Amino acid sequence: MAIERFPVEAGHVMLFARAVGDPNPVYFDPSSDGARSMGGLIAPPTFTMAGQQFDGDGVRPRPGVAWFGSGRDSSGGERATTGALHAEQHFKYHRPLRVGDVLTATLRDGDTWSKESNRGGKLVFSEHITDYFDEGGELVVTARMIRVITERPVTPEG
Amino acid sequence: MALRASELKVGDSKTMLVADNLSRTQIVMYAGASGDYNPIHSDERYTVEVAGYPSVFAHGMLTMGATGRLLTDWLGDGRVTDFGVRFVNQVWPGDTLTSTATIEAIRSEGDVMMADLSIVTVNQKDQPVVSGTASARLDP
Repeated sequence: MAIERFPVEAGHVMLFARAVGDPNPVYFDPSSDGARSMGGLIAPPTFTMAGQQFDGDGVRPRPGVAWFGSGRDSSGGERATTGALHAEQHFKYHRPLRVGDVLTATLRDGDTWSKESNRGGKLVFSEHITDYFDEGGELVVTARMIRVITERPVTPEG
Repeated sequence: MALRASELKVGDSKTMLVADNLSRTQIVMYAGASGDYNPIHSDERYTVEVAGYPSVFAHGMLTMGATGRLLTDWLGDGRVTDFGVRFVNQVWPGDTLTSTATIEAIRSEGDVMMADLSIVTVNQKDQPVVSGTASARLDP
């Protein structure tokens, strides 16, 4: 995702840590031993995913725009996304991400390839690399996402 | 809090329960915090009737985030340098997830000691849901 401004805010980091079930106080309590030893609050390893909140193209309902989830009916409109599933996610951390950082993200496309699968039919994979820079232009996190578009829904095994 | 290279050896592992009877509400919490509001994660009616899945299911990144807790709890805050996973099976409401990380190598990178790990999270049927690798800086 390309994002012009992604401020790493304390409340957002706390909510994100709660959502992944991580009670480590380094993510919400500035007086904790962890935060003191880190020189302040930091963000969990996967936090850059929350940059979607600051992405103009993020998957969310918008005022005045039909949303493809249910309302009165089982779907409110055309599916606004590609229907891709997340196949792989890789992060490289150049330094810890800190509350107070203000990030900019730039997106590069990588490879695409396809293969056949018993569960999902033809699978088309694509690689998307996002670089997150701080205000000083220093690279903080590199995220590499591999998405897959399946021919049919993938249902549980057995 | 960080681990010392001298206290670790290849084959050491740690296991942690990272989600117990995963609730739809926790999946909604993740949608709200991450900003990924795709209704296949929270809207049962849409997901069953339109998308064709048996139920809503968790974001892969919820599972990766829960798995990351094991890495940072074990290896220390701000120590992880690389973390990558494949999403092998979907995670459904009611699933219980257990993560295991194993030291695969201990090496030096210049003056810095590093650990390379494999990591896997399985559901209550012992099926892997995410599987991958991580690296972290150690104290000498």
